[in-house]
Amino acid sequence: MTNEELKIKFTELLPTASFEEGGEWVNVFISPQELKSFVLQIKKNEDLLFDYLFCLTCVDWKTHFNVVYHFSSTTYRHNFVLKVKIDRANPEIETVSDLWRTAEMLEREVYDLFGVKFLHHPDLRRLIMPDNWEGWPLRKDYEDVINMIKL
Amino acid sequence: MDVTAKNNFPGQIHETPGGGIMLSKLDDVINWARSNSLWPLTFATSCCGIEMMSVASAKYDFSRFGFEVARATPRQADVIIIAGTIVNKMAPVLRRLYDQMADPKYVIAMGACAISGGPFFYNTYSVVKGADHVVPVDVYIPGCPPRPEALLHALITLQEKIKSGLTREQIKETSYLNP
Repeated sequence: MTNEELKIKFTELLPTASFEEGGEWVNVFISPQELKSFVLQIKKNEDLLFDYLFCLTCVDWKTHFNVVYHFSSTTYRHNFVLKVKIDRANPEIETVSDLWRTAEMLEREVYDLFGVKFLHHPDLRRLIMPDNWEGWPLRKDYEDVINMIKL
Repeated sequence: MDVTAKNNFPGQIHETPGGGIMLSKLDDVINWARSNSLWPLTFATSCCGIEMMSVASAKYDFSRFGFEVARATPRQADVIIIAGTIVNKMAPVLRRLYDQMADPKYVIAMGACAISGGPFFYNTYSVVKGADHVVPVDVYIPGCPPRPEALLHALITLQEKIKSGLTREQIKETSYLNP
């Protein structure tokens, strides 16, 4: 599917979804409440079959977090980017690891560096940082008085 | 720098009819032999490692100076070239590799990251600000990454250092640093 066809299809599935232009792929913005049903549809829908989650990350915009999912279909070879805006003070979002197993590790990494809690994740522990580490190092307001100077 | 003179065998040859007598000191001979057969450990943590591979391969070829036997185990290596950023989680691994190397052992800190934490990565929670916080360093090469010629220069500088006499351990034991 081309980007235009994907946009029409996404609007059919979820009328409240908004889009952003400019990139190579379609950027789809949805709310965290819509996430679970939307990702289930894009995986199972015969015309979409997004069976491959090739990147899951998070962006700290200081006012909110964006959890960013990159999906691809090994059948149709089309891609798109899903962005979910979540609350920064209490960052929580449903896991997608039940649909894409790779998300288990990716979500652990995002939890490790941003402190986003993925609800119903089977094993949400720190991945890279030591288990006793305090704080979320990739947040913009992260401070480390020993190793970092304030710029 | 008169390279040929420094690469000569350390000693004097006294011509006598029908041959000659060679005079030298055993320490000098050992250091001379040691400096020309340094086995590096294959250790690289980031982009400097690519440059180090370039120095190892045909175009620059550090085997011309006796570094060709790259070892995959620290127990058989003489010199560790720290090629890349050392992060806090890597620091104990580096220390352990260094401790496993047999004496005499030498360390080259290659590139800005190994010297000081790097031009980009120093202001983070995760990077060691210079490999000399973890292991003692013999030769530093600046650069990001250093040119292959610079690494060759560092390797030759290390050889000069070894030939000049004392190892780091010997320097430590002698009194003139700790009077």
